[in-house]
Amino acid sequence: MGLLDKQFATDSIVVTKVDDLLNWARLSSLWQMGFGLACCAIEMMATSASHYDFDRFGVIPRPSPRQSDVIIISGTVTLKMALRIKRLYEQMPDPKYVISMGSCSNCGGPYWEHGYHVLKGVDRVIPVDVYVPGCPPRPEALLEGLLKLQEKIRNESLVKKSA
Amino acid sequence: MKTIEEIFNLLKEKFGDAIIELVSNRPVESFIVIAPLEIDKVCLFLRDNEELSFDNLMILSGVDDANGKNVPDEDGGTKIEGGTVSVYYHLESTKFRNKIALKVSALRENPEVNSVESVWRHADWHEREAYDMIGIKFLNHPDLRRILMPYDWEAGYPLRKDYKNPEFYQGMKVPY
Repeated sequence: MGLLDKQFATDSIVVTKVDDLLNWARLSSLWQMGFGLACCAIEMMATSASHYDFDRFGVIPRPSPRQSDVIIISGTVTLKMALRIKRLYEQMPDPKYVISMGSCSNCGGPYWEHGYHVLKGVDRVIPVDVYVPGCPPRPEALLEGLLKLQEKIRNESLVKKSA
Repeated sequence: MKTIEEIFNLLKEKFGDAIIELVSNRPVESFIVIAPLEIDKVCLFLRDNEELSFDNLMILSGVDDANGKNVPDEDGGTKIEGGTVSVYYHLESTKFRNKIALKVSALRENPEVNSVESVWRHADWHEREAYDMIGIKFLNHPDLRRILMPYDWEAGYPLRKDYKNPEFYQGMKVPY
């Protein structure tokens, strides 16, 4: 986190780029959609609880997709649920990010061959930013995934690209 | 507490041909085979008879017996023709601490079994699951629709032995 380090020239003045400031604000308050799908959701809840404390990265669960920045697909995506996930994703305001948590939502997991009811990877319905492997991933792995997402956001730019 | 032989004789006396046989040469518990269109009456009797009092349906499960003929189908695979599908009922009497198992078999092409939802209310969702997975039609069921698969699932019944998964569902690719 080097954004504000040693950049104070005088009191109450911060020298930074607009991009850096907005990205910093955005990546420091990633509100996640409060929903879980399967056993990965238990690990996600453990990550939110006091021991791992997701809140120190600014991640708090929101009860509505309209107030969320990130959706963590934590578990097996059934074909029946996939349509609902797509709708929830579309209801989220931009900019929005997706963390795919665990083998099931990455690629179908143990259901890849005989799972007649399982979507083989949530990236078949919504675009995924970070894949977290594991079955289920430990809270440390999910935290690592979140840090990867923060890194991705930190390098985004609002400047219009000129050709 | 009555043994399954005593219960079988009691039922045979009361329902005659609707009680088909007592199967006891299996590694699991013995069970009584009953005609599919009489099962609701038999179950009502088992529940209300004061010496039996089977007040709890522990589980109702559908089974594909896969005892028909394997024949090739249009797209190179095989499908099963003829044979039966079955429903097993595991009953418990909380009063006498007694348990028995019942079985009905119906033809695979159009399996019709009478619903026992009117006997035990919790048979409702068990029967919906057997319908969803195996395709057994429960007559007189108040709300027989799929319970686990999507309501608009058209590819058939997934736990049938000759089930084939579709390529696409609602625009989503299904196979890996």
